[in-house]
Amino acid sequence: MGIFLAMQGAVAQGVLWSIMALGVLLTFRILNIADLTVDGSFATGGAVTAVLIVNGMNPLLSLLIAFLVGMMTGLCTGLLHTKLRIHEILAGILTMIALYSVNIRIMGKANTPLLGVATVMSKLQDSFGMSPNIASLLTGIVFSAIIVLLMYWFFGTEIGSAIRATGNNERMVRALGVDTDSMKILGLMISNGLVALSGALVAQSQGYADVGMGTGTIVIGLASIIIGEVFRGKHVSFGGYLIAIIAGSVVYRIIIAIVLQLGLKSTDLKLLTAVIVAASLAVPVLKEKTARRRLPGVLPGMSLSDHETPQERNPTDDAANTANDKEGM
Amino acid sequence: MLKLFNVSKIFDPGTITEKQALADINLELEDGDFVTVIGGNGAGKSTLLNLIAGVHFTDTGSIFLDGMDLTGLKEHVRARYLGRVFQDPMMGTAANMEIEENLAMAMRRGKKRGLGWGILPSERVLYEEKLAMLDLGLETRMKNKTGLLSGGQRQALTLLMATLKKPKLLLLDEHTAALDPKTAKKVLELTEAFVTRDHLTTFMVTHNMRDAIRYGNRLIMMNEGRIVYDVRGDEKKNLEVSDLLKKFETVSGGGFANDRMLLS
Repeated sequence: MGIFLAMQGAVAQGVLWSIMALGVLLTFRILNIADLTVDGSFATGGAVTAVLIVNGMNPLLSLLIAFLVGMMTGLCTGLLHTKLRIHEILAGILTMIALYSVNIRIMGKANTPLLGVATVMSKLQDSFGMSPNIASLLTGIVFSAIIVLLMYWFFGTEIGSAIRATGNNERMVRALGVDTDSMKILGLMISNGLVALSGALVAQSQGYADVGMGTGTIVIGLASIIIGEVFRGKHVSFGGYLIAIIAGSVVYRIIIAIVLQLGLKSTDLKLLTAVIVAASLAVPVLKEKTARRRLPGVLPGMSLSDHETPQERNPTDDAANTANDKEGM
Repeated sequence: MLKLFNVSKIFDPGTITEKQALADINLELEDGDFVTVIGGNGAGKSTLLNLIAGVHFTDTGSIFLDGMDLTGLKEHVRARYLGRVFQDPMMGTAANMEIEENLAMAMRRGKKRGLGWGILPSERVLYEEKLAMLDLGLETRMKNKTGLLSGGQRQALTLLMATLKKPKLLLLDEHTAALDPKTAKKVLELTEAFVTRDHLTTFMVTHNMRDAIRYGNRLIMMNEGRIVYDVRGDEKKNLEVSDLLKKFETVSGGGFANDRMLLS
């Protein structure tokens, strides 16, 4: 029974955190920017919603405000990166560090409990007699479904296409008349808005906001994306991709729940997550290396007499290109 | 049409790598001119093209297009008037996006982008028609990612994208340099066909002297950031590669021998 409850909780948390993963997907995969702001903006979302609810605001409305404040954090990173030409990673770190102070300012202290006040989840529990986990799960499913639909629509629009293309080939997009700086800023804003929304939902679900709740968010987001991409088939639509990321976030939480059941301390989780991400990033590289070893002398630069490091190339692309060239073009 | 007044550009001024890339360039293109630009490495051909495109800003001088002052406009604003094809076939398209999506992006060059659909069903018919004109079978592969295409196919597609909305000026930056000779020829023939059909004013940088002579109605030779030779009409038509080589040797003080150019 303990395990069943733990799994239920894991799935619910996974869905709530998946909205953050979708935000990280936007920057990391679509815009091709590694944005570390999220560690700060996740906690900002929690802080904003907690303070607003404690002061009597409708918990649903507070989620919207958390989203908007999250967008402001993305705007900050975006301006640092595009207008002041600060490296994307450093720009994100600067905003993230600044947000630590800002989040404490928002709450007035490092921690805001939500005891005895109505959250979206507590209202569901009271009205329909749901268990906390089910209430969180239901809220998460509704919100992630809305977000997936909105993202699916948005990235099919002219602006959405321009953002996708910016992450793909900035120079080409500028040559086609798109202000790539604006596209990056907009992408960072939406991404951090989603991350803050996720933080707000998590805060409401767990019943408190804490200044440290965002630590490691980026790595959790990456882990969810990487796990999600394992589920994604080769030719899945964009909508399918988004749903796969949600599944990735859920599976990540289930893995965490299992290792906790096996007796690992919760403080070990960050190490575990880092190992998962590093390992998944390493797999394709290691695969390629072993593939090369099996074909000595076949690939250019791989013969024994040749001590040069082989060039990083995409073998499939090259093969396709030469094949096509032979047909005339 | 295009007018450049006293345009200069120095890279890394005040440092040990300081380089005068362009020195007091004055150039005027007539409407419908197809200019080929040749010169050795570092002659300033690509820099000149990039200054017109707005990749870099000029240090001195100004650039006018059709009476508009482009000098201070950002790259993406100028893009409204310019069609561009790059040397690197990877540069011209978004590899992770479909052929039709790339075309739809190009179709919206210079237009304000909003929350309307990125591609409309009605556009697909047009794109199919246009792709069929390339005669590469791309019209049946509109849902393919451009990353799957060969270098030549990509350059042909980029050329189509650059001219999909008629530009005031077409900028070609050694757009066949990365292709094998046969493919390069095909892309150049397409270029000429598009330029003639739409009566496009064209600025084509090339390394290949034969191409520079064969295509266009005007030829400019650059050396060390200056225009050293400018021919048009019959005089240009009757040029031989040997004439250009001789010209090169005189302007560069006899030291000229760029093997890339000699071979081509």
